[in-house]
Amino acid sequence: MSKKAIRLQIQQLRKHFDETKVLTDVNLTIEPGEFVAIIGRSGCGKSTLLRLVAGLDQPSHGSIVLDHEPVTGIHQDTRVLFQEARLLPWKKVADNVRIGTQHNDRESALVALEQVGLANRADEYPGILSGGQKQRVSLARALAGHPRLLLLDEPLGALDALTRIEMQQLIEQLWREQQFTAILVTHDVSEAVALADRVILLEEGVVAMDTRIALARPRERDNGFAYYEKTILDRLLEPKERGTIHPDHHSASAFAI
Amino acid sequence: MNPKKERRWINAVLPFLIPVLVLILWQIASMGGGPKAALTPSPFKVLQTFLKMVESGELLRHTLISTNRAVSGFLVGGAIGLILGLVNGLWSLAERLTDSSVQMVRNIPHLALIPLILIWFGIGEESKLVMVSLGVFFPIYLNTFHGIRSIDPGLIEMGRVYGLKGFALYRNVLFPGALASILVGVRYSLGIMWLTLIVAETVSAKSGIGYMSMNAREYMQMEVIILSILIYALLGKLSDSLAKLAERQFLKWHPNYRKSAAKGDGRLVKKSYPAANSTAS
Ligand SMILES: Nc1ncnc2c1ncn2[C@@H]1O[C@H](COP(=O)(O)OP(=O)(O)OP(=O)(O)O)[C@@H](O)[C@H]1O
Ligand SMILES: [Mg+2]
Repeated sequence: MSKKAIRLQIQQLRKHFDETKVLTDVNLTIEPGEFVAIIGRSGCGKSTLLRLVAGLDQPSHGSIVLDHEPVTGIHQDTRVLFQEARLLPWKKVADNVRIGTQHNDRESALVALEQVGLANRADEYPGILSGGQKQRVSLARALAGHPRLLLLDEPLGALDALTRIEMQQLIEQLWREQQFTAILVTHDVSEAVALADRVILLEEGVVAMDTRIALARPRERDNGFAYYEKTILDRLLEPKERGTIHPDHHSASAFAI
Repeated sequence: MNPKKERRWINAVLPFLIPVLVLILWQIASMGGGPKAALTPSPFKVLQTFLKMVESGELLRHTLISTNRAVSGFLVGGAIGLILGLVNGLWSLAERLTDSSVQMVRNIPHLALIPLILIWFGIGEESKLVMVSLGVFFPIYLNTFHGIRSIDPGLIEMGRVYGLKGFALYRNVLFPGALASILVGVRYSLGIMWLTLIVAETVSAKSGIGYMSMNAREYMQMEVIILSILIYALLGKLSDSLAKLAERQFLKWHPNYRKSAAKGDGRLVKKSYPAANSTAS
């Protein structure tokens, strides 16, 4: 890729919705080309953080800087993959992907579809695709414009276990090929450990944990993997655990929050 | 013949069974004679009149005049309804300004305005244009507005992420998203269009099918009256079929239309938007 990946710097970021204080003081630096996973309890503000980075919402205080430019709105180097595929049902698959290309051309749309293995479905309407296929089209659309920052908000949450693992591998492969910076919000600790260079825990409006995953890629689900998974899960369950019934977190490796 | 082929054959013939039966009964009834015989012309006689009027060009002239009125009223009222529906759907400020007034006017049966419109616009073409436009306006306005409002906000947000704004957002997301609903409005308003025109032409006109019918009443030409009714039915059916064709063409992607389009029943209309039905006046 000609363009380099983006470096992201978040400083003293605060976001309040009227009375609800969602993010109080988030500080985070993400290096170009890094893959970061954000985890945290439901409602802790993961999506809110991602929307701020995407420029879909404005912060109450603090700054988000991409390379040297502060985020003020939608940025053309940033793409978002939502939990739902959000394809336009009235456009054929290829035309949906064209929306993501730089010059609205079919050629690069077909290339992007080829990358996600769906070139043969280019001329069908999204309505007849399966959930996993829709999400792959959505991924193709996001990558067709060669973004330098890809934001993923639980894009695999609704998929079955097998499709999920396939999609994880696909995302990892495309990330390695295209070298963009990636931020993945997920509920699934195992997914975070499988994909991320760093796993970040968001809690009570701040970054409560920042763990580097020092495992070689592609990652096998071996002892090292299980170690990270357990450490992160234990940390995640910690604060609410005190004084409450002790959950059996020794068998937590197959556990998703 | 294999059973499948036979079934298809029966399906093709079935819809015509009742009309043919009615024709036969009608013919029998008209052959009875007596003082009322003149009031029930036989289908054969209606057909004769039809051929005679086609030959003289009279029928074509009246039909074209009526169609012209219907289409221009539809275009004017439909365009205003579409634009206002889009504007109000997209800007809540405009909605606050106009919607409650529109709703108020909607509750007046537009046919009740005929005397007023005749006084204001005379018995010429203008009054017909105004009547039809007024009747057509509401279903298109309501369904366009509803169509825009019911677009998945997630899709609009997606559009924003991909840099679609202004006309591009409208063309790629907003209009296609509202189209199914708009077409429901179009189909419904076509019915209102003919209904309004019939009434307007019957009450006051110097040409058109309604005039032809009213004129025939003075001379007790029953076959001409029946012929006018049949022509209205035909025109109504024709415009409905065109609307259905448009739905099938523009909503190919829509799973609902893919299956039921061939049957083209009213289920979809009811399901899509209750307000469309409440505009009847
Ligand atoms: N537009 C908004 N207006 C008011 N409150 C909001 C808004 N968006 C989010 N919130 C609140 O902010 C909090 C965090 O929401 P957010 O969607 O970021 O959580 P999340 O971490 O993504 O949760 P989940 O894991 O369930 O997706 C919630 O309490 C939510 O109610
Ligand atoms: Mg969320």
